[in-house]
Amino acid sequence: MMVLRESIIMKIHYGTALGALALTVVHILMRLTQDFHESLAYENVIANYESVGYALLLELLLILISVHGFNGLRVILLEMNQGPTYEKLVTIGCLAGMAALIAYGSRTIIMTNMGMV
Amino acid sequence: MATLHPKLSDEHSQTVVSSTKSVKIKIKRSNPNVNSEERFDDFVVPIEKWTTVLDVLLDVKSHLDHSVGVRYSCRQASCGSCGMKINGKPALACFTKISELNSDTVTVEPMDNFPVVRDLAVSFERMINNHKKVMPYVIRDDSEIDPESGMREFLQSPENVDKYIQFSSCIKCGLCNSACPTMAMDKTFVGPQALAQAYRYIADERDKGKNKRLKVIDESHGIWRCHFAGSCSQVCPKGVDPAMGIQLLRGYLLGIRD
Repeated sequence: MMVLRESIIMKIHYGTALGALALTVVHILMRLTQDFHESLAYENVIANYESVGYALLLELLLILISVHGFNGLRVILLEMNQGPTYEKLVTIGCLAGMAALIAYGSRTIIMTNMGMV
Repeated sequence: MATLHPKLSDEHSQTVVSSTKSVKIKIKRSNPNVNSEERFDDFVVPIEKWTTVLDVLLDVKSHLDHSVGVRYSCRQASCGSCGMKINGKPALACFTKISELNSDTVTVEPMDNFPVVRDLAVSFERMINNHKKVMPYVIRDDSEIDPESGMREFLQSPENVDKYIQFSSCIKCGLCNSACPTMAMDKTFVGPQALAQAYRYIADERDKGKNKRLKVIDESHGIWRCHFAGSCSQVCPKGVDPAMGIQLLRGYLLGIRD
């Protein structure tokens, strides 16, 4: 299994945090383009998803938060217990969780964008 | 016939007392080699205003209970042997005056995050191993011994000395490791002592071993597990700031320092 150096992983960790923060700001600002409650109405949310640009923003946000969150979880779990087998399981588990979340979220974004919902 | 070895319980402190003050010292006792029992033994010892915690412990050891296990050597905060938890905070016993504690009762326990050998003495094995791991010496391909001219000196500038001089004051007492919350959780964490020493040598212009050391600390239980609680810097009796050293080291790894 290819192992990244911890400094590379942490650069990704910090980068994804900054990226997610920036995109979340854009995401929240988009709520302010109209009345807040109105922006969360079913039709408007679906319209957001159907916009390719907004769907890309959501997809990117999903990836950044998943990578950052699951790496954070990995770090917490590594501090709670140690051992080669445990650490390998944690790494694989977190990668699998991250991939599953991105796949499920992407499915939702793509299906909604294509008008399948 | 008078016995040469009176019962310990019959003994009293032999400290020459010029004041009427005394302190109650509670010493945590344990011997993991025998059993898992832990208890506190109380002793009352007369004190002067200059009496240190180590003085009190040695008084107890000399006159009240010879079996108290404590490690000490220089009595002047130079050797780093007498680290322990004093009233809940890691400190050197020889560097802590009873009068500074503002308490009639002083509780002493072995340092956290170190395996206990007996009573207040702990094993430094993990800390010394981590210290060795970061190669705490100047690494170079050439030598100070010049075959032609004899000895030569590796020169350094005063500005460069300023960058790392405080980290050279480390006496390996282990108080920083004892105070570190990550050390308590992660049994394989390299620890603030070793990380501060890694910075001390990486910042030294005479040293050429930066990449080797960065490789050692850049692993899953290395430098990135520091949460920057800062407790290591707070307890250091020599004014070393390991937390700052760790942040500066991260700068090398993130590529924002050369």
